[in-house]
Amino acid sequence: MENLKTELKHKIIEVLNLEDVSVEEIKDTDPLFGGGLGLDSIDALELIVLLDKDYGIKLADPKKGKEIFQSIDIMAQFIENNRTK
Amino acid sequence: MPQWYWKNVKMNMMKKITACTLENSKITVDGNLIFESESNTFPEFAKEAYKNLELNYPKFHKMDSLSKLAFLAAEMILKDGDHSRTALVLANKSSSLDTDFKYQESINSQENYFPSPAVFVYTLPNICVGEISIKHKMQTENAFFVLDEFDENFLNNYSEQLLRSGKADKVLCGWVELFQENYKAFVYLLTL
Repeated sequence: MENLKTELKHKIIEVLNLEDVSVEEIKDTDPLFGGGLGLDSIDALELIVLLDKDYGIKLADPKKGKEIFQSIDIMAQFIENNRTK
Repeated sequence: MPQWYWKNVKMNMMKKITACTLENSKITVDGNLIFESESNTFPEFAKEAYKNLELNYPKFHKMDSLSKLAFLAAEMILKDGDHSRTALVLANKSSSLDTDFKYQESINSQENYFPSPAVFVYTLPNICVGEISIKHKMQTENAFFVLDEFDENFLNNYSEQLLRSGKADKVLCGWVELFQENYKAFVYLLTL
């Protein structure tokens, strides 16, 4: 699980072009949205694409992203429970 | 007096306050070199310029290349002062084709079909105008034209109408062209 969390942080920084953010700065329990990362609704859609592309998880309802993307902890747990690749 | 005379008189009443050129890995403002880089590609050059000029605006990294080009050029001119009454009139030749191609690549294959929302939002040329407006909290008139070549008279006439109508006190006007490895921005601030 710890590896998955670190992997997720790397992917989020890369996919969302967070050039000024380091892996160490993203805490496992920090809110991904509404916090210091400055993410917006397009970033949320990009994370939905990431779930599909890298973990084979298709979210039919984009609104569900609000629950899943609360923090790295919650996102990693969701991936662990639902991944198909 | 012939009509052309009055047209010229009117044009002469407009003032070009300051101008920025961005090409060949160089940024110049009113002829003065502001930044120069050894980088060969626009993305590298833009990243270096962003750091060197200490722009401190993380959203810059999310922009497509056309928006980065327009943003950098505009930033050189708009960084100081109040721009709540500054309009934006920009133009180029290749529209958003550079980004359109990138988006197309992400949907070419049925097996690897992952359209990127973050790329898609830049598949219009006037998004760069929006990025500048967001940065400077501008809720002013704006226009983006796709032209065969830089037509200063056309852009200045349009800008002058905005100024004379009272809808703006200043107009950031100019050319922001980018396609693959080729890029050039020439923007300037006009006022009456």
